[in-house]
Amino acid sequence: MTWLATVDPLFVHGHVTWIDFFILLIRMLVGFGALMGSVTMMIWFERKAISGMQSRIGPQRWGPFGTLQTLADGIKLFFKEDLIPDQADRFVFKLAPYLALVPAIITFAIIPVGGTIHIAGHAVMLQIANPPIGILLMLAMSGISVYGVMLAGWASGSKYPLISSVRASAQMISYEAALGITIVTVVLITGSLSTHNVVLSQGGGIWHWNVIRLGFVPFIIFWIAITAELNRPPFDVVEAESELVGGFNTEYSSIRFALFYMAEFMNTITMSAMIVTLFFGGPSGWVPPVSHLKWIFPILWFVIKTTIFCFCYIWFRAALPRFRYDQVMDLGWKRLIPLSLGWMLIVAGFIIKPAWGLLMAAAVLFASVILGRAFVLGQSRETGAESVLPPIGQRPLPGHVLRAFTDKEEEE
Amino acid sequence: MSKPLSFFGGFKLTLQHVARFPVTVSYPQAKRPKQPRQHGRHVLNRYEDGMEKCIGCELCAGVCPANCIYVRGLDNPPDHPVSPGERYGYVYEINYLRCIHCDLCVEACPTQAITESKMFEFSFTNRADAIYTKAELVVDDQGYPQKLPWEDWREGEAEMTGGWMRATSPAGDASFEGVVQWTGDLGMGVKAPEAGQSANRDDEATGSKQLRRAFWRHLNPVDVNDDQRGIQGMMTQMQEKMTTAREKMAQRKKDKAEK
Repeated sequence: MTWLATVDPLFVHGHVTWIDFFILLIRMLVGFGALMGSVTMMIWFERKAISGMQSRIGPQRWGPFGTLQTLADGIKLFFKEDLIPDQADRFVFKLAPYLALVPAIITFAIIPVGGTIHIAGHAVMLQIANPPIGILLMLAMSGISVYGVMLAGWASGSKYPLISSVRASAQMISYEAALGITIVTVVLITGSLSTHNVVLSQGGGIWHWNVIRLGFVPFIIFWIAITAELNRPPFDVVEAESELVGGFNTEYSSIRFALFYMAEFMNTITMSAMIVTLFFGGPSGWVPPVSHLKWIFPILWFVIKTTIFCFCYIWFRAALPRFRYDQVMDLGWKRLIPLSLGWMLIVAGFIIKPAWGLLMAAAVLFASVILGRAFVLGQSRETGAESVLPPIGQRPLPGHVLRAFTDKEEEE
Repeated sequence: MSKPLSFFGGFKLTLQHVARFPVTVSYPQAKRPKQPRQHGRHVLNRYEDGMEKCIGCELCAGVCPANCIYVRGLDNPPDHPVSPGERYGYVYEINYLRCIHCDLCVEACPTQAITESKMFEFSFTNRADAIYTKAELVVDDQGYPQKLPWEDWREGEAEMTGGWMRATSPAGDASFEGVVQWTGDLGMGVKAPEAGQSANRDDEATGSKQLRRAFWRHLNPVDVNDDQRGIQGMMTQMQEKMTTAREKMAQRKKDKAEK
């Protein structure tokens, strides 16, 4: 049982006592409560911030500055009628919201919120769990959350949600590739899959943050990929209101809709926290020389950093127009995946030896020139209907075929 | 149209909007300023000596496209006449369920007896209440519209009733601009005419200076007040203050030099 101590300093004795179990339980409850509370605040913050950007007022009626608006909405949704369409696959339809929500909650469990505090001789990590495979768990959960969206659309038995779920599965899977490859660079430089170790390795000040150590590019790719993964604007083709009514959750109402809504915002918070953990040193930051309450400053740093990224998502939503679906695919497959692959090779080379790194950089440059040439050639190719149909003028006019029958013809 | 935004232009623009005050007005608590010629609830005016202006000619009822006005005239009682003419409006009723506030009655009235205030926020719970009779329409002894308990009057809505009357000179001829062709109202005296037809207007003579002071919010071209326009509005207010301060300084210097 010695590996337990490497996972969590709570278990330095090598065994789990009842008190340890109790502390774990409290930690879980506090973490869950904090996440739920931050979700309501995030929804309020998003609505308030985006209304500021659109010269509106936003929620203002319920609670100070409308902070309790989310609570009111939640209560309203609870008491609405829960409709299940006639054509729906009832079991999957009911299952899908939980497939969206549960991964969102579980992902938050591996995020280090603060340092380690000592209470009555027990070392308590401010992190719900620190599994040795933390980052893999995060990838697995984001994989499962695709099912939530996909099955919701499929089980609705309705056209637009189905289109939305097809889009969702394609988009989320294609961006997961770029996401995974960028995370590999982080893992390479840390040498560990545990999020706790990722944060520890960035502890030595701002120059040790992965965003600088890895040269910004992985961070940018990760950010874009995670935005697409979250289906947030400008990658919200899944929930494109103007094209798909409401997206995959069109047929959902009442508390099931609320669960989707909650999962979306929970994911936004969790992924902002993930960016902070992987690239911005998590809770590490300057701690003032005070004798008491030293443990609160890492938490503060974490909250500040996460809030900045949450705000950036809101800002994206206000500032950027939605991508077309083919543009989304284009960016994912043609730009981000090759770029993240190349950058991963360069990082791996530099970790072994600078000479290897330079060699890799040269190789990547060479490959990117070839790839760029291939893109140009591919784009210059004639595609679409024009490449298949005979040229205009020699085509049979569709008019005499597509014209509606006259009354006389109908009778015949 | 301005030039298209660059990639980061959208981000800049959205942040700029955060710094501005919101366009939305929380309506029942706060209200947008109304236009100077807003068509609202009607008012039956009286002369400066307290006599009613209405002569019971029924032209307003005739011109009304919604058939919402009902007027019956009666000969003035010789010992205590209601209006200075031969007849007066004995019955005067407006059905506000029908009225479309087109102001044609105001244009038709030969004595400017009927004009409109700027207040339109009033509601009823039954049809009979929607019919305003003479008792509710006639102005009070100060010359202002009666503020009935179910109506939502705000500051400035009872001022300058009948914007249309001050709007133009007779026949819209610009050479008559500022020439008053109507009589004084009870409590208000002769209403100031509105300017704006000819290029060479004299603000003092046409009375548009008072108007502008009364409606400085309304006449603002962007329809947003300076004090509601955030930093930009603050800047313009500051500039105005600076210019007035500079003028004062110049005046003081002049006075000193004269001494």
